[in-house]
Amino acid sequence: MHDMIAEPLSDTSIATAVDGRVVRLSAARPGDAGTIVDVRASTKAGDHGVDAHELHRRLLEFGFVEGARIAVLHEGAIRRDPIAVRLDDMRVALRRRDAEDVWVRLDPLASARA
Amino acid sequence: MSDAALPGARVALVGNPNSGKTALFNALTGARQKVANYAGVTVERKEGQVTSATGRSISILDLPGTYSLRARSPDEVVTRDAVLGKLAGEQAPDVIVCVADATNLRLVLRLLLELKAVGRPMVLALNMYDIAQRQGLRIDLEGLARDIGCPIVTTVATRKRGIDELVAQVDERIRAGALSGGNTWREPNAGEIRDAHREAQRILKAHVRPPERPDTFTGKVDSVLLHPVAGLAILLAVLFLMFQAVFTWAAPAMDGINAAFAWLGGAVGQLLPDGLLKSFIADGLISGVGSVLVFLPQILTLFFFIILLEDFGYMARAAFLMDRIMGGAGLHGRAFIPLLSSFACAIPGIMATRVIDNKRDRLTTILVAPLMTCSARIPVYTLIIGAFIPHRTVAGVLSLPGLVMFALYAAGIASALGVSFLTRTFFWRGAAEPFLMELPTYKLPDPANVARNLFLRGKIFITRAGTIIFPLMIAVWFLSSFPGAPAGATDPAINYSIAGRVGLFIQPVFAPIGFNWQMVVALIPGFAAREVAVAALGTVYAIGASDAAQATLGSTLAAHWSIATGLSFLAWYVFAPQCASTLGVVKRETNSWLWPGVMLVYMTGLAYLAAFVTYQAAAAAGLG
Repeated sequence: MHDMIAEPLSDTSIATAVDGRVVRLSAARPGDAGTIVDVRASTKAGDHGVDAHELHRRLLEFGFVEGARIAVLHEGAIRRDPIAVRLDDMRVALRRRDAEDVWVRLDPLASARA
Repeated sequence: MSDAALPGARVALVGNPNSGKTALFNALTGARQKVANYAGVTVERKEGQVTSATGRSISILDLPGTYSLRARSPDEVVTRDAVLGKLAGEQAPDVIVCVADATNLRLVLRLLLELKAVGRPMVLALNMYDIAQRQGLRIDLEGLARDIGCPIVTTVATRKRGIDELVAQVDERIRAGALSGGNTWREPNAGEIRDAHREAQRILKAHVRPPERPDTFTGKVDSVLLHPVAGLAILLAVLFLMFQAVFTWAAPAMDGINAAFAWLGGAVGQLLPDGLLKSFIADGLISGVGSVLVFLPQILTLFFFIILLEDFGYMARAAFLMDRIMGGAGLHGRAFIPLLSSFACAIPGIMATRVIDNKRDRLTTILVAPLMTCSARIPVYTLIIGAFIPHRTVAGVLSLPGLVMFALYAAGIASALGVSFLTRTFFWRGAAEPFLMELPTYKLPDPANVARNLFLRGKIFITRAGTIIFPLMIAVWFLSSFPGAPAGATDPAINYSIAGRVGLFIQPVFAPIGFNWQMVVALIPGFAAREVAVAALGTVYAIGASDAAQATLGSTLAAHWSIATGLSFLAWYVFAPQCASTLGVVKRETNSWLWPGVMLVYMTGLAYLAAFVTYQAAAAAGLG
C-alpha cells in the first residue's frame, strides 16, 4: 500500500541529498529546503482517488509551481507522513504520496544536518 | 436620485479559506443575517443586509472559501455557481468583493485573476491589514489597484475598521454599473494555472515588499504542536480536556434542564385531568422538547472548544497529526473532528462533516459517526451494567463495571474504524482523495466571533435537530399510547398500544438474541432516542421512571433477565441505530433516503449479529 518511490532516487539518497541535487518532495526530510524545479502529472491514475492531471492542477493551484521556494518543516509520527512544508509565504500540509510529482532542487549547504 | 428609489443590490464575498471572510461578513452585516441551506445541497447559505451611506440596501452573500473557481467540493461548487450566476433561483452578484489575507496574497491574487474573467465589477478587500502593518509588510495600494484593475479597501474585520469605506466603494461600483466585459471564465488547464501564478508573482513583486518582521510565532508554536511525539501528546491532552468539559461542565446544566422539564411535566399533569390530553402534553410534548434541549449544554460546550481551536488555527494541525492514523482506516484527517463530536451526539457530528471536501470521504464519515458512543447511550449502559455486572476488582486495581464501560466505548471506536475500512475496501475502492491543506497562521480567537458562532451553532441545533426530533417524539408517543388500555386492564397501557402489539408480534425474531417481549416493546419508543429505552423498560415493567426508581428497575431486570440477555442488550446498543433523529439528520445532510436506509440496515445487522454472538456465547458459557 505504501510504495514510496520506485526509482533509484530514493531512501538512500534522502540522507545524503545535498548540494543542489534534485529530489522528489515525497522523499525530502525536515530541514531540506530548495526551489521547486518541476511539477509533473505522471503518477499512476487511481492512486490518489483522482487522476494524475487533477492532482497536478490541485498542486499548482496551491502554489506548488516551478520557481517556488519550499522547505520541509515537519513530518508525521507514523511513516514520517504527512509532511508540513513552507511554500513561499504559506504553510501547507500534504501526504508524501501526493508529493511524488513535485521535484525540488535542494539548496547547497542547506542540508547541513546530513 | 431619491434614496427610496435606489434599487437594492447583491454582493458576494469570495476569498481563500482563512482570509477572515466570515469575520468581514459579520462586521458588515452585524446581526442582520440569516443562515439557510442552498436548494438541493447541504451547503450553508449565509446572507446578510447592510445599508450604504447613500441609503442603498445591499444584500451580502458569504460564499464558501475557495482557492479556485475550478470547484472540487460541494462548497466550492456553490461558490463557483453563485459567482457565475448559475445557481438555481439566484442572480449573479452585482459586485464581487474578493477578500484577501493581506499577509498572504499570492494565492488570492491568482483567484482574483480568475474572478476578473467572470467580468463582474469587483472590489479587493485587504483584510487583516493591521497584522500586515505590524509585520512591516509594505503594499503599494495605488499601484496594485491599477495593476489588477479594481479598487482596494484595507480592512480589519475583527475591529470593524475599513467597513464603511468598503461599503462606500461597493456602492460606488454599483452606481457606476457598467461591466468590464462578458464572462470569459472557463476551467483553466495546468498551463494556464502556471501562467496565472507567474502573473500573480509579477504583481506581487511589483507592489509588495516582503515583511520586515515576518511572523515567527506560528513557526515556534508549530515546532511544538506538530512535533511527532509532543504534538500527539498535546492533542490527546486537548481531547481529554474537551471530554472532561463535555461530561462534567455540562452536567449541572443538563440536570437543571431535566429537572425543569420534569417539574413542568408534573405541574401540567396536576393541572390537567387524567386522559389523552394530559398524556400528550406531559409525556409527548414536554418530555419531547426536554429530550432535545437536554443535549444543548453538551453540544455548546463541544462547539465552544471546536470554534476556539478552529479560530486559533489548531484544527488544521489536529487533522495533520491524525491523518495517518485515520488514513489507515480509510478516513480523511478532517473526519477527526466530526467523529470526536459524535461522542457527545451524532447529530452535531454529522453536521460537522461539511468540512470534508470529498463526497465519498464525507459519506463514509457520516455512516460511521453513529457508532461512536454518544452520551444518550450512557443511561442504558449504566442501567444494564449496574444490574448485571458484579462490582468486582480485576487485576487488583480495575473495577469490572468500569472495564465493561470502557470495552463498550472501545467496541464503538473499533467498529467505526472497521466499517470505514470495509467501505473503502469493498465499495469505494482506490486511495483516498489527495490531502492538501493550508496550515493557517495562529491567531488569537476574537471573543465576539466565538460568541456569535456559538450562538449560531446552538440556534442551528435547536431549529434543525428540533424540527426533526420533535415530530418523531410525537410519533413515538402516539405509537406507544394508541389504542389505549381497555377498562379494567391490569397490564401496563403500552402493552395494548400499537408499539406493544408490534413488539409482541416481532418478538420471535429477537428470540435468538435472548430478548423477551418486554424488551422488544421497549425498543420501539427507544427509537426516539436511546435513553428513552430506559424509561420505556420502566413502563413495561410498570415501574416509575424517576431516579429513585432506577435502582428498583435494575433489580427488576436482574430478576427477569439472564446475564446472557443483559450482555446481549448491551451489545445491541453498541450498534443499533436506535435514534430516529440521527437518521433524519443523515437524510437532510445527504439529501436522500438512500443513506439513512443504508445506515439503518447495516447498523441493525451489526447489532443483531453482535447481540446474537454475545447471547449464544454467554448462554453456552452457562450464563443463559
